[in-house]
Amino acid sequence: MSEKNYLTTDYTLKSWFLTTDHKRIAILYFASLIFFFFIGGAAATAIRIELATPQADLVSSDIYNRLFTMHGIIMVWFFLIPSIPNTLGNFIVPLMIGARDLAFPRLNLMSWYIFMLGGCTTLFAIFAGGVDTGWTFYTPFSTLYSNSYVIVAAAGVFIAGFSSILTGLNFIVTIHRLRAPGLTWYRLPLFLWSLYATSVILVLATPVLAITLILIATERFFGVGIFDPRIGGDPLLFQHLFWFYSHPAVYIMILPGMGVINELVSCYSRKQVFGYKFVAWASLAIAAVGFLVWGHHMFVSGQSLVASLVFSFMSFIVAVPSAIKVFNWTATLHKGSIHFDAPMLYALAFIGLFTIGGLTGLFLACLAFDVHATDTYFVVAHFHYIMVGGMVTAYFGGLHYWWPKMTGRHYSEYWARTAAVLIFFGFNLTFFPQFILGAEGMPRRYHVYPPEFQVWNVLSSGGAAILAVAYLMPLLYLGYSAFFGARASANPWNATGLEWQTSSPPPEFNFTTQPVVTRAPYQYNGDFQAEPQNA
Amino acid sequence: MTQWRPPLPLVGAWLGLLALLALTVTLAYVPLGTGNSVVALSIGTIKAGLVAAIFMELRHRSGLTLIFAGAGLFWLGILLWLGLMDFMTRT
Ligand code: HEM
Ligand SMILES: [Cu+2]
Repeated sequence: MSEKNYLTTDYTLKSWFLTTDHKRIAILYFASLIFFFFIGGAAATAIRIELATPQADLVSSDIYNRLFTMHGIIMVWFFLIPSIPNTLGNFIVPLMIGARDLAFPRLNLMSWYIFMLGGCTTLFAIFAGGVDTGWTFYTPFSTLYSNSYVIVAAAGVFIAGFSSILTGLNFIVTIHRLRAPGLTWYRLPLFLWSLYATSVILVLATPVLAITLILIATERFFGVGIFDPRIGGDPLLFQHLFWFYSHPAVYIMILPGMGVINELVSCYSRKQVFGYKFVAWASLAIAAVGFLVWGHHMFVSGQSLVASLVFSFMSFIVAVPSAIKVFNWTATLHKGSIHFDAPMLYALAFIGLFTIGGLTGLFLACLAFDVHATDTYFVVAHFHYIMVGGMVTAYFGGLHYWWPKMTGRHYSEYWARTAAVLIFFGFNLTFFPQFILGAEGMPRRYHVYPPEFQVWNVLSSGGAAILAVAYLMPLLYLGYSAFFGARASANPWNATGLEWQTSSPPPEFNFTTQPVVTRAPYQYNGDFQAEPQNA
Repeated sequence: MTQWRPPLPLVGAWLGLLALLALTVTLAYVPLGTGNSVVALSIGTIKAGLVAAIFMELRHRSGLTLIFAGAGLFWLGILLWLGLMDFMTRT
């Protein structure tokens, strides 16, 4: 390799751990997230093995509670929320807007350290004795009864929240201030619109979570009556505060995924995104309306009927912008010249799975149906379709799409397609039976169940085994390609977007000359020639 | 960044907040019926305004900063409004 790129500028450990280069920080996040994904995945594996039989033959109920709590906490806070923004976003945002770096490079590094501090604190809680409250830390259980490491785990989540806020802030300022000449708002790639909307939620919602966790600690330590009715508190207050953050947080998890899908769908069908402005504003609409629906998690909690009706109605409205996106992707595909490369397979899988997840969300938003389905596997299936089928799939899609840019190498297309198909198959086999289980009434968070539910559970556990293998495959072929893959050119997919106008991997400060934008985004005209890849 | 300013407004705002806190606590013991909530919320609003204007230094800001801070306060309002709606209509 002749010229130095961001990977080869320096090889020392110090140059990595004190870097302010957004691309290296993205790699740091990437490595950390793989680590957390594995821990969360290990817990999931144990859960599915336990559920393969109706009896408790693997773990006790106490351990089971700790397992699903650990799974939920790690996956939500230490994988899904930071996944696309902090790895792909960190890497791509400055490149996409033609900047040298994010607006606050040192703040960016600090965010990673804060994130790791939060992650380690939570891991400590988990391994020191575990937490059994579920990832939602519901009171009064978490403040009065649970004698596990609730405070330590909550402190970890609290710390990680600051990392979220700082990253959101960094993205907002970067997108406002550092766009290349000519890159007007309506020329921004849709990935940036979705990250912008995500950042707004991060900045506005995360503080509420932080306050809520502090209140838990206050009640637990000092016995101040905040949530406990016996000392003057209101137990529902916790759920209001928690879901005021956590419902918007589900959009923190899915909006970046939607952004990735826009890039993939238009690149591999060689067409402009249909209804660009609608898709762009739909992101902001989701961010805004997402703040009005949190009460749909509280239909059976004892909140007033008036509140339930209002929240039910609002929940239907939030589905509208999501649906706009799905329709626009479909319309983009229509009459496109579609290329089924691995990233596109992930994108297509995303569209299907997200649609199922979103539609079942509407079922749950119906007050009457939700009373039947709350706390059953129907809910579990709903959010896994969106968060795993949607977000994790989008993450893999984006990772494959930008992999040549990040590493300068091509992965094996054959293995990548195989893994994509296997993930789709394994995912559906794992989670579709759970809709049926839920509809039949199997409650969530139980480790023993009546034998008549076993058939569906065995299918689900079998699917999980396939899914586990499928998720491991990219680790192998991507890992291999990072060292031995064929060299990638600057723009292997012949894609639009500024990130493809610099070499792969990019030099330390991204561009040797300042790029200038003169066209609307996604000006594809059918010309696709992927480079030959090693099989 | 900004030029140095005497901390007088900060101290004043702090004292003001303490006074308002005392007022809230006192009024909580005066039976006013629903008036109690109204009074408590009004005082709370004033306190939030003080914090936003003086501690968050919003009175010296303009443009985008104001929009974002305003959005934050607006969404806080939504949280309180919808949350209270549940609280007030519970049977
Ligand atoms: C398309 C619009 C959506 C609607 C109308 C919707 C509706 C709902 C409703 C009503 C519930 C409560 C079910 C219950 O607890 O009984 C729920 C749960 C849930 N949803 Fe959605 N949803 C939507 C999109 C999403 C998205 C985009 C995500 C994540 C990325 C998501 C993740 C979740 C999670 C995690 C839960 C369960 C939380 C828990 O109890 O642990 N939903 N959804
Ligand atoms: Cu929700």
